[in-house]
Amino acid sequence: MRHLLVIAAAIFTVSAHAETPRDFLTRFEKEAGAAASAERGARFFTTRQGGEWSCASCHTDKPTQAGRHAKTDKAITPLAPATNAERFTDAAKVDKWFRRNCNDTLNRVCSAQEKADVMAWLLSLK
Amino acid sequence: MKPIIAASLLALLATLALPAQADNYSVPKNAAFEEECASCHMAYPPQMLHADSWRAMMGDLSHHFGSDASIDEKRRIAIADFLVANSGGRKTGNTRDAQGKPLLRITETTRFEKKHREISAATWKRASIKSPANCGACHTRAAAGEYSERSINIPK
Repeated sequence: MRHLLVIAAAIFTVSAHAETPRDFLTRFEKEAGAAASAERGARFFTTRQGGEWSCASCHTDKPTQAGRHAKTDKAITPLAPATNAERFTDAAKVDKWFRRNCNDTLNRVCSAQEKADVMAWLLSLK
Repeated sequence: MKPIIAASLLALLATLALPAQADNYSVPKNAAFEEECASCHMAYPPQMLHADSWRAMMGDLSHHFGSDASIDEKRRIAIADFLVANSGGRKTGNTRDAQGKPLLRITETTRFEKKHREISAATWKRASIKSPANCGACHTRAAAGEYSERSINIPK
């Protein structure tokens, strides 16, 4: 009985943390209170938004491909879920990278709408 | 007499071999360090900086060489402890600036400057190298902590 409880707890813990890229789109749209626009997301991602870098400076304007860190040249695995199943599956990681990278590219946090738009665009890429 | 000559020869050879040996670092394994630090740049051997430099760096990750590299507090403390525990000793050379503040860039340490004296500014700027922080561009076995002359290949 005790074993069963442990197994059940383990399954619950795993399922509570595993997320899909679509979950993030849903979450950001809900936070924004408006539908996302993939087109707006593409523009946001590929053009500079006040900082020295755009998202594309490291992730390229085709995020289905691998990128390179603009400063250190370190290889970056693709960001689009279509070509990298590991992306957008962990809320802590997603929040961490949006917080840091928005600061680097916009000198501020991203709005929920901006994050929703980027998610919509990334999910539209094949 | 002969064994003595042989022994001195051996000792001499050992001394000659030393500088090459000294250019290798054992790279201690640490999952948090790998994941958090090596996602943007290579995992620099902790021995390349003194403990004070690591403490200063890990104390302000929001302003990390012009990037926001902030991480959650628990991990920050764990990685800082790991870096301090494995930080460099005497071999690392001076890692403070003229004002006595701990240097944060490995490339500004006395040892790095001395070792790279022959590299011209133009070489650093090559597209294949890009930055002095990109150790692996020339030190082909940098990921394994090997920086000896033998494993250097400066790309065109």
